[in-house]
Amino acid sequence: MARPHAKTDAVAATAELTLVEAVQRALARAMAEDETVVLLGEDIGVDGGVFRATDGLIARFGADRVRDTPLSESLIGGLPVGLAAMGFRPVAEIQFMGFIYPVIDQIVNHATRMRTRTRGRLSCPMVLRAPYGGGIHAPEHHSESMEALFAHIPGLRIVIPSSPAKAYGLLLAAIRDPDPVVFLEPKRVYRAAREAVVDDGGALPLDRCFTILKGSDVTLVSWGAMLQETLDASESLAGDGVDAEVIDVATLKPLDMDTILESVHRTGRCVIVHEAPLTGGFGAEIAARLAGEGLMHLVAPVERVAGWDTVMPLPRLEARYMPSVSRIVAAARRVLEYA
Amino acid sequence: MTTVATFEIGYRRILDPDGTIDGAPPAFARDRNTLVALYRWMVLCRAFDAKAVALQRTGRLGTFASSLGQEAVGVGVADAMAADDVLLPSFREHGAQLVRGVTMKELLLYWGGDERGSDFAGPRHDFPVCIPVGTQAPHAAGVGLSFRLRGEARAAVCIFGDGATSRGDVYEAMNVAGAWTLPVVFIANNNQWAISVPRRAQTAAETLAQKAVAAGFDGCQVDGNDIIAVREATAAALERARSGGGPTLIEALTYRLGDHTTVDDASRYRDDDEVGRHWKMEPIARLRRHLVDAHGWTKAEEEALIADCAAQVEAAAEAYLATSPPAPASMFDHLYEELPAEVARQRAALLRED
Repeated sequence: MARPHAKTDAVAATAELTLVEAVQRALARAMAEDETVVLLGEDIGVDGGVFRATDGLIARFGADRVRDTPLSESLIGGLPVGLAAMGFRPVAEIQFMGFIYPVIDQIVNHATRMRTRTRGRLSCPMVLRAPYGGGIHAPEHHSESMEALFAHIPGLRIVIPSSPAKAYGLLLAAIRDPDPVVFLEPKRVYRAAREAVVDDGGALPLDRCFTILKGSDVTLVSWGAMLQETLDASESLAGDGVDAEVIDVATLKPLDMDTILESVHRTGRCVIVHEAPLTGGFGAEIAARLAGEGLMHLVAPVERVAGWDTVMPLPRLEARYMPSVSRIVAAARRVLEYA
Repeated sequence: MTTVATFEIGYRRILDPDGTIDGAPPAFARDRNTLVALYRWMVLCRAFDAKAVALQRTGRLGTFASSLGQEAVGVGVADAMAADDVLLPSFREHGAQLVRGVTMKELLLYWGGDERGSDFAGPRHDFPVCIPVGTQAPHAAGVGLSFRLRGEARAAVCIFGDGATSRGDVYEAMNVAGAWTLPVVFIANNNQWAISVPRRAQTAAETLAQKAVAAGFDGCQVDGNDIIAVREATAAALERARSGGGPTLIEALTYRLGDHTTVDDASRYRDDDEVGRHWKMEPIARLRRHLVDAHGWTKAEEEALIADCAAQVEAAAEAYLATSPPAPASMFDHLYEELPAEVARQRAALLRED
C-alpha cells in the first residue's frame, strides 16, 4: 500500500468554500493521496454525513473506505485503534459531541497509550472528528463544547479549526500525523462563511497558534467558533482606538504557549474566550501558564470569557449562554482599565 | 405466535477428565508429538504462573493474574493460530502469549511494571494484554477489517473472560464483526468467576456462546479443560474466518482454580469444595493421563519435561530480575512519535531532578 505524505499533485483548484466543504475536500485529498486512509462513522456513506462532511466520498472511494458503522460509539472509538495498529490511517466521525463520551474510554485507555505501552512497536495514527458547540438551535446533547475533557489526556493532540482554510490545512495535517488527533469542528461556522481554499494538499502546521490580527494593547486568545465573536470584539475595540491582538490557538494540545507569551509580553493584558464552561475550561490552563511564565509582563489580571458553569441550555436560551461580543468587549475594557 | 428464529448451541468435548477420548477426534489428536507439544506448553505455563506468584509474594513482581487451571484455553487457541494471525489477549492469557512467542522474561517484565515487556521480540503484530475488560474487542474488529481491506487471509483472535461478555464493547465488536463478515475469532474464556461475581449472576443467558446468535453468527461451547476440543474448535473458526466465512464465538468452559489476582482472596466468596471439585477436571492431569494410557508416556519423560520447564522458568526469572529499570526519562520516549516542545520541557525538568 502507498505510504502517506505523497506531495501535492498538479491539480490545485482554488475555491470559495464553507468550513464543512473544506473538511470534505481535505478528506478527499487525504484519501486520494494515501490508500490507508479509511473513514468510519454513522451515516457517513450514502447520506454523506449529517452535516455532509463526507458528501460524495463513498461514490468516489467506495464503501470499503467510507464505512457506515452500526450505531456503536464505543466501537467507533475502538475500531480505529485496531486498524491503525495494522498500518491504516482511520478517520472516525462522531456525529455530535454529546455522543462522544463512550469514545473517551478508547482514547484514554488505548489510542493514546498504544505507542507508549508497546515502546513504539504499535502506534495509533487515528483522527477522531466531531462537530462541537452551540448556536444552531440543535436538540439537547448536540451543542456542548467539551474540548477540555480531552486536554487532560496525555499523548493526544486536540485541533480546532476556526475557518475553512484552517479546517482544510489542519485536517490534512491531523490525518498525516503519526499519533491520535481529536479534531473538533465548530458546527456553528460549518456554513457561516466562505473562504478561498487552495485544494493542493497543503497542510498547516499543528502544535502552533496563529496570530490572526496583530495589535499592541491587549491579547485576545480564542479558538473555533468563538474566533468570530472575538474578531468582532476587536473591531468594536478598534472603533474606540484599542489595538487588540487576536490569537487563534488552533492546536490546544500540545499548546504553543510561546506565541501567547510573546504576545502578552508586548501587550501586558490578556482575555481568553471560549464557549465551554468556565471552570476547568482550557482557558484555565492558559491563564495558569500566563501566571506561571508571564507574570512579570502582565499589567492586569487575565480575564476569561466563557460559557457559564451550567448545563448547556436548550435553544431558547443558548444565545444567553454563549459568550457574546459585548461580554468580550467588557472583559477587554476591565483589563485595559486596570491600574 | 409464529416462530421466526430458533437456535442451537453445540457443546464439544473430546478428551474426558479420565483421559479417554470420546467421539471422533481430529487427526492431530492421534499424533503423539503434537499432544506432547501441547502438554509441554501447558506445563510450562503452569510453572510460569507458580513462579510469578512466588515472585509477587516475595516482593519481586507486581500484582499478577494467574491462569492456573485455564492453561488449555490459551495454549489450545494460540497453537491453532498461524504466525501472521493477530492475538488480542486479556490479562490472563499467558499460555496463549507463550505459544505465540512472547518470552517469559517479557511477561515478567510487564507484570513487574516495565513497559518493555510489551515490546515483544516475537509476535510483533500481536496486541499487548488488555486490562480494561473487553475493551480490546473493538480493536479485534479493526484488525479483522484491516485484513479484509487488504485481502489478506489472516484472522484476529480476541480472548476475553466471562465477565467481558456483559460489556457493551464486546457486543458492539461482535455485532460489527457479524454485520461486516470480519475474520475475527472471539474466545470467551469462561472461568466461572469475574473476580467475586459468579457466571450465573453475570447474565441470565443459558450460555455465553449464544451471544453470537444476536450478532448474527455461530457460537459454540467447548470443554475449555480439553485442549483437543479447544484447538479443534479454534482451528475450524480460524479456517472459516480466513476463507471469508466471518466470525465465530467459542465459549471455553473452564475454571479459575486460583484467586483473581495476587491481591484477591477468593475464599471470601467461594467455598473450597467447589474449587476441589474443579481440581478433578483440570486440563493438565487429563492430558497426562491420556498420554500415559494411549501413548506410553513414561515417568522418565515426565520428569525430564518438568525439569526442563522448571529450568526455563528459573532462567527467565533470573533474566527478568537482572534487568535494570528503565531510565526515568524513557516515560517520554514513546508518548508521541516526536516529542512536542511543550512536553520536551517537562522531560528536561525530570532530568534535572537527577
